[in-house]
Amino acid sequence: MKLRYFAWVRERIGTAEETVEPPESVATVGDLLFWLQGRGETYAFALAEPDAIRVALDQDHAERDAPIAGVREVALFPPMTGG
Amino acid sequence: MATLRTLITADPIDTAGEIAAIQAGRSDIGAVVSFTGLCRDEDGRLDALELEHYPGMAEKEIGRIAAQAAERWEVGALTVIHRHGRIRPGETIVVVVAASVHRHAAFEAAEFVMDFLKTHAPFWKKEHARDGSPTGWVAAKASDDQARDRWGD
Repeated sequence: MKLRYFAWVRERIGTAEETVEPPESVATVGDLLFWLQGRGETYAFALAEPDAIRVALDQDHAERDAPIAGVREVALFPPMTGG
Repeated sequence: MATLRTLITADPIDTAGEIAAIQAGRSDIGAVVSFTGLCRDEDGRLDALELEHYPGMAEKEIGRIAAQAAERWEVGALTVIHRHGRIRPGETIVVVVAASVHRHAAFEAAEFVMDFLKTHAPFWKKEHARDGSPTGWVAAKASDDQARDRWGD
């Protein structure tokens, strides 16, 4: 699946997007965040406060318990500040 | 059926033109309410705001919020335009124009759109200071969440 990062999540991880293949045990948004945290220092830093991370699955807002099977694009970003 | 116009753009927004356009050629509109969100200079400290957005999802979310507002209130037309990219103090970031037969629907629809846009549309503001000091991301406000929550689910 494709991962996209925005704002300070993008800056802290150090890339705007990447393609990953999480193991099958990673079933939900919450599982994915936990798995990503273990991928290295920049991920641990970017995702240190999980409550500050919002997630979209195929461009729709999603909660932590949402399943990620079949999802093509997952976006991680901070709370929005438009308007 | 309400006429919906939503746009995400890097170009300056013509607020007066949008207000004029929403009622052009129509005689069923009795009220037009507009909201304009501007870039402040933060007491002279700010050089510019950089508006990052999630292309695709930003359009989708704003379209969805406008459609929800048009479903909830009897608006004849609703326009929502949001800029991205570099924005200088005094320039317009967002414009919402709502048109209806009577004023309450237009007032409330415009306010609903802004409250949901703040918390649901994927845009992020970064500040660039005039003195060149390090830039910073604007933090989300709890008051924006509260403003959204008062509309219920």
